[in-house]
Amino acid sequence: MAIPYGAAPGAATDELARAAPEATAGLRRHWRRHYPFKVILGLGLLTVFVLMAIIGPMVAPYDPSAIGPDTLAPPSAAHLLGTTQTGQDVLSQLLIGSRSTLLVGFVAGAIATTLSVVVGISAGYYGGAGGELLGMLSNIFLVIPVLPLLVVLTAFLPGAGSMVVALVISAISWAWGARVLRAQTLSLRKQDFVQAARAAGERGWRIILFEILPNEIAIVASSFLFTVIAAILTDASLIFLGLGDTNQWSWGLILFWAQNNEAFTVGAWWWFIPPGLCIALTGTALALINFGIDELINPGLRAAGRDRKASRAMTTEQGLTPVRRAGSTGLTTGSGTGR
Amino acid sequence: MAFLGRRIGFYLVVAWAAITMNFIIPRLMPGNPVEILISRLSSQGELTQRSIHALTVAFGLNTKTGLLGQYGQYWVQLFHGNLGTSITYYPSSVAQVVMTALPWTVILLGTATVIAYIAGTVLGVLAAWRRGSALDTALPATTFLYAMPLFWLGLVAIEVFAVKLRWFPTSGGQTQGIPIGFTGQFLSSAVDHSILPALVIVVTVMASPLVGMRNMMVTTLGQDYVLVAQAKGLSQRRVMVMYAARNAILPTIANFALALGYVVSGAILVEYVFSYPGIGYILFQSVSNEDYPLMQAIFLIITLAVLVANLLADLVYVVLDPRSRQEA
Repeated sequence: MAIPYGAAPGAATDELARAAPEATAGLRRHWRRHYPFKVILGLGLLTVFVLMAIIGPMVAPYDPSAIGPDTLAPPSAAHLLGTTQTGQDVLSQLLIGSRSTLLVGFVAGAIATTLSVVVGISAGYYGGAGGELLGMLSNIFLVIPVLPLLVVLTAFLPGAGSMVVALVISAISWAWGARVLRAQTLSLRKQDFVQAARAAGERGWRIILFEILPNEIAIVASSFLFTVIAAILTDASLIFLGLGDTNQWSWGLILFWAQNNEAFTVGAWWWFIPPGLCIALTGTALALINFGIDELINPGLRAAGRDRKASRAMTTEQGLTPVRRAGSTGLTTGSGTGR
Repeated sequence: MAFLGRRIGFYLVVAWAAITMNFIIPRLMPGNPVEILISRLSSQGELTQRSIHALTVAFGLNTKTGLLGQYGQYWVQLFHGNLGTSITYYPSSVAQVVMTALPWTVILLGTATVIAYIAGTVLGVLAAWRRGSALDTALPATTFLYAMPLFWLGLVAIEVFAVKLRWFPTSGGQTQGIPIGFTGQFLSSAVDHSILPALVIVVTVMASPLVGMRNMMVTTLGQDYVLVAQAKGLSQRRVMVMYAARNAILPTIANFALALGYVVSGAILVEYVFSYPGIGYILFQSVSNEDYPLMQAIFLIITLAVLVANLLADLVYVVLDPRSRQEA
């Protein structure tokens, strides 16, 4: 497609890019193409929470379990996020609790992703009856509702530490990644470069590690992020129900105590808003990074600047029929905005 | 029909797997819950020989028979609807407790999930159709909805809409003292109590079909048949709904099946937050009272309910996708 970026109709909406001088616009375009705003925001948020988990326990102003004289006090200089029913400092609980929450999420995510890579790729690559069986197994685990199964599992493990809970969560949440990876491997296996490697006498594990896995890194990353979010939410839900590790401060445990002491009926918003918000923002950060990965794989999905980026991506990717592709985007978008 | 037959076969396998897991888990785990329970209950002094037996049977731990024999007995009990006696709601049977709670959950969760999927799909179609519009640009905001713990949003909603603004009741499924039945008084009270929990579920569950549908739409909009439909001069609405959306919706429905287990997991906790008398509420009761038979029954019944919902989604799929009918 020969139309320069600036002349495309979509650019009119992008006032920033138009107002900026030519050179900076080019730089910004380059920057935005490689590091979309969403990803930067996601990485920034995630860094904040990871730092919180690392240094939080060191900078917490109070002992999170220490009972104080100020009960149910709203935020003040002494207690930046107020206190609980027994005068415990909410900020300290939040800072110290971040470590356990994030650790469970990332450990469960890492184990589950490893499992899904092993199961998914071997099922897809080796195929046969074993592959079908593994595929079936991951489909079964996908359909079974996670939380009730986890409730049954953890209820039979009274006093289990957070790492045991992380292990249990990962044991049943590997299925999504395995399913996607198996499908992808099945299609990659038929491609020429894999066939060529096979014909050249490469060993199976070498083909998997050096030919197939590098092509699936984006899916692996995306499935890891997805699993971490799910694990953090699941862990918080379990603790909220009174299961899992209730001896160690975590964001879920703060919510558990807030619920048990009916924090919301007495209007103690400083008690239950921050932990939930932290969980939601951590998940948002991971999901935003995931959005970025999705768009990296499939540039057509980008929202802004569709005429410049999307059509360009389409024509370069499917360069055989540039005229038709260019026409198709122009037609749909033109009539879409016209209405 | 081959497609439906295959799906039903698969669901039977899943049901078998869940039921078998339910049998194995108590045997794999350390400790003997029956002994813990027996000692706990005898201290309250109301444990008859029969209920000890019922407990042992409920866990299938009759030591006289071997593991395979226990497994057989477990199936026989299951087909008689005998899931043991509830400890929390003693002397009610687990089956009775679950059956009382189930209609509340099915109605609340069923309605809310269906509304969420329809709303998410429609918004997803519109976001893809108007690429770069406000709706489309706001898409990343849905990640926040997705990442939010449902039960926490429930707490916030209670604080704002029930406690501060007093628009909705704070808890329960109906006003105290109204008998359950098809009376106007009961129905209006039940609807009044379910609006807020339903809204919480709709808002959060909507996010994933929205993003999924939008991304599929973007893909189908680039297809040749959409271009042909445009070139034929068909109305924009017809192109959007009958050509692009109809093809894009198939993966969304297929994903519905995969997402449902996750959705239900989050949503039952909303019931607990609202003290809504459904499965989520008795799940919490069973956890805090170490009521193992009830917990296991809830796991089974939720799994079966999810399988039925999946089957319904498959039926919709067959209606929408002619290819799935052709094989027969």
